[in-house]
Amino acid sequence: MRISRRDVLKTTALSAAGLLASPAILRHGALGADDPILVGSLHDQSGPIAATGVPMVASLQLAIEEANAAGGLLGRPLKLVHYDTQSTIQMYSQYAQQLALKDKVAIVHGGITSASREAIRPIFDRFKVLYFYNTLYEGGVCDRNIFCTGTTPAQTVEKLVPSAMKDWGKKAYIIAADYNYGQITAKWMTKYVQDNGGEILSTDFFPLDVTNFGPTISKIQAAKPDIILSALVGGNHTAFYRQWASAGMKKEIPIASTTFGLVNEQTTLDAQESDGVLAAYGYFEELTTPASTTYLKKLKDKFGADIPYISEIAAATYEGFYLWLAGAKAAGSLDRMKVIEALESGISFDGPTGKVVLDHATHHATRNAYLGSVKDRHFSVVATYEQQPPSDTAAVCNLIDKPTDNQQYVIKV
Amino acid sequence: MELAAILTLDVLNGVASLILLCTGLAIIFGMMRIINLAHGEFLMLGAYATVVSANAGVNIWVAMLVVAPLFVGAVSLVVERCLIRFLYGRLVDTMLATWGLSLFIVGLVTTIYGNTIQGVPTPLGGFSIGAYRSSLYTLFLVAMAALLLAAVWAVLRYTRLGLIARATMQNPNMAAALGVSPNRVYMATFAVGAAITGLAGGLLAPVSGVVPTMGAAYVAKAFITVVGGGSAILAGTASAAGLFGFINQMAAYLTTPVFGEVTLFVSAIILIRVLPQGISGRFFGRSL
Repeated sequence: MRISRRDVLKTTALSAAGLLASPAILRHGALGADDPILVGSLHDQSGPIAATGVPMVASLQLAIEEANAAGGLLGRPLKLVHYDTQSTIQMYSQYAQQLALKDKVAIVHGGITSASREAIRPIFDRFKVLYFYNTLYEGGVCDRNIFCTGTTPAQTVEKLVPSAMKDWGKKAYIIAADYNYGQITAKWMTKYVQDNGGEILSTDFFPLDVTNFGPTISKIQAAKPDIILSALVGGNHTAFYRQWASAGMKKEIPIASTTFGLVNEQTTLDAQESDGVLAAYGYFEELTTPASTTYLKKLKDKFGADIPYISEIAAATYEGFYLWLAGAKAAGSLDRMKVIEALESGISFDGPTGKVVLDHATHHATRNAYLGSVKDRHFSVVATYEQQPPSDTAAVCNLIDKPTDNQQYVIKV
Repeated sequence: MELAAILTLDVLNGVASLILLCTGLAIIFGMMRIINLAHGEFLMLGAYATVVSANAGVNIWVAMLVVAPLFVGAVSLVVERCLIRFLYGRLVDTMLATWGLSLFIVGLVTTIYGNTIQGVPTPLGGFSIGAYRSSLYTLFLVAMAALLLAAVWAVLRYTRLGLIARATMQNPNMAAALGVSPNRVYMATFAVGAAITGLAGGLLAPVSGVVPTMGAAYVAKAFITVVGGGSAILAGTASAAGLFGFINQMAAYLTTPVFGEVTLFVSAIILIRVLPQGISGRFFGRSL
């Protein structure tokens, strides 16, 4: 290699300039004036739950991009630190510690299943990192360090069950996934059926790897219910709707579900397998309010038209981020306690689902609920319930009176 | 009476699904001593082949009965040439290699088709027995399982190909001395076993949710049935599938689906404890 005098001069000049500038660069970094504020994210991007996790992270990316375009937070840009938890609880614990100790994020959005939330909630409690859980779930979490922005049974099941009973009849048969979500949701379904003067003929639980529903379908036929209430979860359980329709039962007994649509059932099932299924959520992609259509358009522009169905879970994640942003802006600080206090002051955000208000006593959200019916592989929104409070969790949890409470109540129903 | 008829149909449905699931595995495991942990993924590939081709406009029957087995058979040829053929006689190594293979296939399919559930509608529609309704497709599955068993039996028992295959599995060196190339027989057997699994995947696609990870829901049951059946490929698989299918479906009907699964696994443990060589080790020792 030949080194010309010109080369030597050039490199020396460059490195000298770098050396001279380095104190400025270093100090700039240390003071962190332009340093991004880190937003942690723990969502499954691979494995069985990924179909749910992918749109959640997309929403978070979109929200952060928008916030940065609008000037960031406290004069600093925001940056997403995302880890793929691979549908494995162990990964949740591991990455939660990493976010808290190594990345030192200001906030964490994440957790999909209740099991994953309960794995990471104590970790963020211990390391004092504010945590937002944006998934619909069975309710009852009472902890000042967490905000649960998704719907709970009092907001959705309470609307779904009476509506189904009014249209179809009073005798119900419950089929649900066999883990805490399904078990607790089945209890809520039972409560609301009985409150409305109905009767539960039977409740069956299914492990997540059950694929053959033949015996169940026979059992249901023997019991002759007026309605099926379903809280089946995941890919294997989709088989139920297929086998149900192929036995010609769809015309005989209608289905109402708290989970139908979460993994895109309505587009993967044939129209004749899914038409008429009733579901209640905090959001449907088909919602035609301006906020909803703009949000959806932005997502499709950014991630392509073939992004999976945007359900409540993705919309609530988007709103969860904005609620936190509003809280931090109101607090004027990233200090955890200051932000929590600001969030408890009745922070609200007008998002794609409508107005969302954080409730001080429960750290849950008061939000709109919608009833949708599947028609030709899409939901059509048939009823809107404005500003539903999380009354189930409110019955057991009051963080105003007892701010140090820290547990998930099993609500007696 | 009507209830008895519908329950019989449920049991037959359970048995037929197990037979479809296991025959391919029984051939690969029973004849070649390869523990194919990618069995569930072959099944999943068959299901995807069906769904993708049916959605692309191929007739659903062609997609299930032709496209799925041919596609999975072709994939398995590549797998056999690149991976399995180096591992004959190394039982534990095949386990590790095929497990890795299964992760690879799941990852690849996820990358291509994503994680969302795919599916095709169930053809044929339903029929009623008195007050009960069931699906004609269930009857079709039962017929296909019976046909599959008959076909495999006929090939092994009456054709020259079957004779060569059985001879090679029994004593590869002697077969080689008589002018058969064991390598090619192994290759063909592996491909046939995988193609049958692909066919099973195709047939189950219309009654299940097709996702990249669906294999996991089937693979444990398939192995339990094959091990419970013992060394006779057909008699063993058929008898174990009959027993476990009956137990699973009846327990699920009489108690809950949770106990249906539990009873199945408990009875499998008892069976293996009482008959370590499987059902056919005791009762159908000399049959196919």
